[in-house]
Amino acid sequence: MADGLTKSAARNIFYGGSLFFFLVFAGLTAHSHWYMVNVSTDSEGLTDSVKHGKEVWEKNMCINCHSIMGEGAYFAPELGNVWERYGGHENPEAARAGISAWIRAQPLDVEGRRQMPAYDFSDEAMSSLIDFLEWTDGIDDQDWPPHPAG
Amino acid sequence: MKYETQKVALPFFMVAMALFTLQIVFGLLAATVYAWPNFMAEVMPFNIMRVSHTNLLIVWLLIGFMGSTYYLMPEEAEQEIHSPNLAYLQLAIFAFAGAAALVGYQFGIHEGREFLEQPFWVKILITISFLMFLFNTSMTLLKGRKTAINLVLMLGLWLAAVFWLFAFYNPTNLAVDKLYWWWVVHLWVEGVWELIMASLLGYLLIKMTGVDREVIEKWLYIIVGLALFSGLLGTGHHYYWIGAPSYWQPIGSIFSTLEVAPFFAMVVFAFTMFWKGSRNHPNKAAMLWALGCPTVAFFGAGVWGFMHTLSFVNYYSHGTQVTAAHGHLAFYGAYVMLILGIITYAMPQIRRVQPYNQVLNMWGFWVMTSAMCFMTFTLTFAGVVQTHLQRVIGMNYMEVQDQLGLFYFMRLGAGVAVAVGAIMLLYAFFGPAREQVPAGGTQMTTGTGSV
Repeated sequence: MADGLTKSAARNIFYGGSLFFFLVFAGLTAHSHWYMVNVSTDSEGLTDSVKHGKEVWEKNMCINCHSIMGEGAYFAPELGNVWERYGGHENPEAARAGISAWIRAQPLDVEGRRQMPAYDFSDEAMSSLIDFLEWTDGIDDQDWPPHPAG
Repeated sequence: MKYETQKVALPFFMVAMALFTLQIVFGLLAATVYAWPNFMAEVMPFNIMRVSHTNLLIVWLLIGFMGSTYYLMPEEAEQEIHSPNLAYLQLAIFAFAGAAALVGYQFGIHEGREFLEQPFWVKILITISFLMFLFNTSMTLLKGRKTAINLVLMLGLWLAAVFWLFAFYNPTNLAVDKLYWWWVVHLWVEGVWELIMASLLGYLLIKMTGVDREVIEKWLYIIVGLALFSGLLGTGHHYYWIGAPSYWQPIGSIFSTLEVAPFFAMVVFAFTMFWKGSRNHPNKAAMLWALGCPTVAFFGAGVWGFMHTLSFVNYYSHGTQVTAAHGHLAFYGAYVMLILGIITYAMPQIRRVQPYNQVLNMWGFWVMTSAMCFMTFTLTFAGVVQTHLQRVIGMNYMEVQDQLGLFYFMRLGAGVAVAVGAIMLLYAFFGPAREQVPAGGTQMTTGTGSV
């Protein structure tokens, strides 16, 4: 392959081409950053409670069982759209109560069913976590996932 | 082994293999939970097993890269390592940081972003240790001969350090968080780590086939060029569904499809050099790994990656067991086999014996590689069924999982076979040196040996 190509030509193509593609990638990333902040996510709705909810999410390492917007472990249900699944679009109060009650009911101790540990969240932490999940559900993500099932 | 300081690599290889063993242990635990969900539910929840499994992989691969670099740098630069003591010190810091993270996880001490769960101070220690490593190896390189092999290798390692810095940036906006999280995760494994992979592979091929360096180094530049031209914009395949603009769907689909090219080139490269090679290197086991690594990487990273990378396919398959299948075989082929190959090549020379326990090593290769392939097949079937039931029909997640039990049992079985293969390999590396000649290997004893 490429007998006409010398080593130094191959090297120059590598360095030049990589730099070019990196600059294009960095430019598009910068635009995507702008787009996320201004178009696809609710920056005004990103309240202190939502921020705190993300901290609760991280502190309890939910990502290593669940997935959020398709990323994470694949051991437990997708939570990027859990707000929709609990009917949050139609009845926010019921969704809030439902999600909270479900978390409080853990562990279910059903033999042969994957078991979520008990998390002793304060009411404030629980409320923030749900705010975070509601905010995440509102991200315009090209209509993913295809079904509310997640 | 021509240079005394190449033996610096030995403790790196030993620590790497110890962590590899632990990684398999945590993998087996997690696979057992998939089969029997109540297993250890109170003692160690699944998320702790998984974070341990993935973090151990990352840490031991990095230590493996370091050891490999210390091993080849003196030969390539024709220069002893700048400071062996600095190497031992930075290994101690890195190993301590990794061990502290692992122990901390068992007690719930961690940050909360996938793969970047290390507590802040552990991240700082990792950074310090890695900079010491880069300083040590770069000083060696600066004093010595510059080849395409050691330049591309060091470029890959430096860029890995640069992109690692994004691990310290955690925006409160989840979409923006994900945008830059991939600057670490994707730009490592589908970007600059491929520079490390291609250069280490090039080194093995130069040593074992005897093909002219000019030829191999030209190939190396072509391969790493293909890797970055496709891999940088290929990041777009992670930007489909996280709130990024829709232009990532065509860009990500096209460029991540092209990500197959560097892996295919590596297969052609390795086999062409093998056939062209005049040298009959006595370490047949190392040659097997050097050919197996790009081959399995091509299937695991290339073919299995392509299978779900097009945006209109990924819309349905994203975040299912298909992803898990791809992740396992891609990491195994591209990086695990690479380090195991380097260790197979280097150990006889570090221990100053002729290639030994070769037959056992090759058994380990075949047992572990077929087990990883089988694991990937079971997860792929699970993923296809899951995609259909959950994403096409819209069935509830937990109901779908109940349909996948058989696949998870078979995955656990495959995991046990991987562990058996790993034990064989560890014994072949570190056990008593007993020389064995592979079948038909009379020619190999006429090889010149320690090259």
